[in-house]
Amino acid sequence: MQEAIIKRAKELLADGTVNRVVGWKAGDFAYDVTPAVFTSAEELDKDFLYNDFCAPNLSKYLIKESRKEGKVLVFLKPCDSYSFNQLLKEHRILRDNVYVIAIPCRGKVDIGTVRDSGIKGITDMECDGETLTIHTLYGDKTMSHADSLGDKCKTCKTKKHAACFDEMIGEEGEPNNDGKRFEMVEKLEAMTSEERFNFWRNELSKCIRCNACRNVCPACSCENCVFDNPASGIQQRAAVTSFEENMFHLIRAFHVAGRCTDCGECTRVCPQNIPLHLLNRKYIKDINEFYGEYQAGENFDERAPLNAYTFTDCEPDVVYKRGGNA
Amino acid sequence: MSVNTEFKPLIVAFCCNWCSYAGADLAGTNRLQYPADVKIIRVPCSCRVNPMFVLRAFQRGADGVILCGCHPGDCHYTSGNYFTRRRMALLFSMLDYMGIEKERTRVEWVSAAEGAKFAKTMNEFVETVTKLGENRRLEDLRCKKQS
Amino acid sequence: MYKVSADRIDELFAKIAAARTLYLPVDQNDGRAAYKEWSQGTKMSSQLNTVRSAKGFFFPQTTNLCDFNLKDKEIEVVDIRDESEDFVVFGVRACDARSFTILDKVFLAEPVDSYYATRREHGTVVTMACTEPEETCFCSVFGIDATAPEGDASCWCEGGDLYIRANTEKGEQFVSLISDMLTECDDTAVKAQQERVKDILSKLPFANVSTDYFEKNTLLDVFNSEKWAKLSESCLACGTCTFVCPTCQCYDIKDFDTGHGIKRYRTWDSCMYADFTKMAAANSRNTQMQRFRQRFMHKLVYFPDNNNGEYGCVGCGRCLVRCPISMNIVKVMKSFGEE
Repeated sequence: MQEAIIKRAKELLADGTVNRVVGWKAGDFAYDVTPAVFTSAEELDKDFLYNDFCAPNLSKYLIKESRKEGKVLVFLKPCDSYSFNQLLKEHRILRDNVYVIAIPCRGKVDIGTVRDSGIKGITDMECDGETLTIHTLYGDKTMSHADSLGDKCKTCKTKKHAACFDEMIGEEGEPNNDGKRFEMVEKLEAMTSEERFNFWRNELSKCIRCNACRNVCPACSCENCVFDNPASGIQQRAAVTSFEENMFHLIRAFHVAGRCTDCGECTRVCPQNIPLHLLNRKYIKDINEFYGEYQAGENFDERAPLNAYTFTDCEPDVVYKRGGNA
Repeated sequence: MSVNTEFKPLIVAFCCNWCSYAGADLAGTNRLQYPADVKIIRVPCSCRVNPMFVLRAFQRGADGVILCGCHPGDCHYTSGNYFTRRRMALLFSMLDYMGIEKERTRVEWVSAAEGAKFAKTMNEFVETVTKLGENRRLEDLRCKKQS
Repeated sequence: MYKVSADRIDELFAKIAAARTLYLPVDQNDGRAAYKEWSQGTKMSSQLNTVRSAKGFFFPQTTNLCDFNLKDKEIEVVDIRDESEDFVVFGVRACDARSFTILDKVFLAEPVDSYYATRREHGTVVTMACTEPEETCFCSVFGIDATAPEGDASCWCEGGDLYIRANTEKGEQFVSLISDMLTECDDTAVKAQQERVKDILSKLPFANVSTDYFEKNTLLDVFNSEKWAKLSESCLACGTCTFVCPTCQCYDIKDFDTGHGIKRYRTWDSCMYADFTKMAAANSRNTQMQRFRQRFMHKLVYFPDNNNGEYGCVGCGRCLVRCPISMNIVKVMKSFGEE
């Protein structure tokens, strides 16, 4: 796959279709992949990477890249393509300046998951399909590919791209309907109010307000975030009280509700391992239930659920009537 | 003199200028009773209420937050309250999901002619929130006055 | 040097906790380690390091500085400090222990930061030697010996025994708290462990990362290097590196209007943020490249320039592990070293 991608990138660079490529760059170990811009065939040969460790979603970089001179080539995995399409819809990416190649994904290895399984001193990793061989300072370890996936990939929504690409390398995948995606949300819904409160207090109290979730989020593309705006009255550097911890995550999740494509980057990047996607998925699940199935980024022309209404929408008291635990 | 320690909830009511605020006015001119702890904030339309308003009301000491707007179909701006309806359904559901008592939040449609409904709604809401007691789960300790 | 059987560690912790508030790294329910207060039944984490560094004990993420109350037309300033409790931080690694001496140079230099100084005074740092360093460790690059950590007292866990050595007066006091559980011993076992671990340390992937470039080139050469643009191009401008860093020390002071008074507090700040050091007129650093450069210039150039060559990094590797896009100080150092 990687060879085919590099070959095509070189062709497009050579024939002048694009003048640079946004992709993933190899680091010191297998897992520390960095998004990067490549401008020559030599750079591509030297550092370009596409393998089971290329988790970062590249779509948000195109907000800036598509405004630079010349056309840029980008490789999008299925989940990245939804983010890309959503950004197009919000007029954040200049489509004419981007050449999109869809590439397949079978789930990315998450270094956090591997480390949290107790494996230390990881110097290299190889994946031969199903088995991940992990070379460490203290001997070799193995793990199955399925176990090594991050949350975002373990509950993958689809392996099929949004229709926004110019060409595709590899095979198109299928949507994943195994129902696992909302399992944890349902589990939380089944808890009592107090249990849910304690669950979220425990998680959100870990937040250090590094803003990684916000800054990586393709749906969070405001030029100036309300939490960075001194005139908003809620500008924060760090959450001082539990209220501020709740407020940041509540408002952030609300602001991306109906626009969040569920790419899972927020959870992947959280240094404190907070399952932030569970907030976004709750909104997605509610939107599906209240207003009909909706996948942000899927259709370019569809109105987002919070930008639309019908005369027969449920009333807000649906929340009390739905029952559930107090 | 004995100090009255009975809990009196502080309620913030966001009322749309065109219907509910007039409804509250009518409740007043008709001398209908509702607790004085309901603080009304007039907004041009119920859809002016950003989720942040609701949260910040709680931060600043509210024990319950209620939004009142025109009945669906009667919005002065045609469609504002339809958006409110979706937003608040989602927001309240999320508050509930995070373990914040769902009964502390409410949306009610009150027209300019429904002074009685306004008073009744407020009485009911105050009663519900009184039963729940002080807002603990979404409080900001810095804003509590040290006594 | 003293020793005590590692089986008696709970008893030891109970004894310390009876005299001082005791904090130590504990595995949280998601498996990652964080410093927590010890209580009966708390188990110390066996992981190499906590996600957040130990700097928060002396320089917390938020510190309440003072309150202002308005009384008629007078403004009353209330000093709300109540840090008078002696505490022990147990199980600090060599990297974090060194970070305190770096922070000391900032906060204890004139004018002394009294909030920091008070916490330093009341806190006793008990370190733990590393036995299983990670691939991301590079403390040796900055002359830190992970097998002989600094701190008020140092510990080694070897062969079912815990070895303790006091390094300072505060450390002596700490040892005297638990002296009836300790037996005096020689350092043969510790020496053997040190030899073994030093061998691992010397083979770490980053053991030989060089700082030469920053010593041989002038401040302006580094500052004006073309490399920064490439290095910073995918930076998300989040503050993860800054907030997990044991030596990042920048902060912001803010006022919060409570409705009945003002609370002045300070919080960690990050040079990666667009509004860092924003002034009335504008911002001194307008691009992410400038902000990114600032962080590494501070650690690798400005700080050593002002502190006899001591770098503002301790090689704990936290930023390597946590950066969402895997850009970090080692990649920066290596990139400059390539020339």
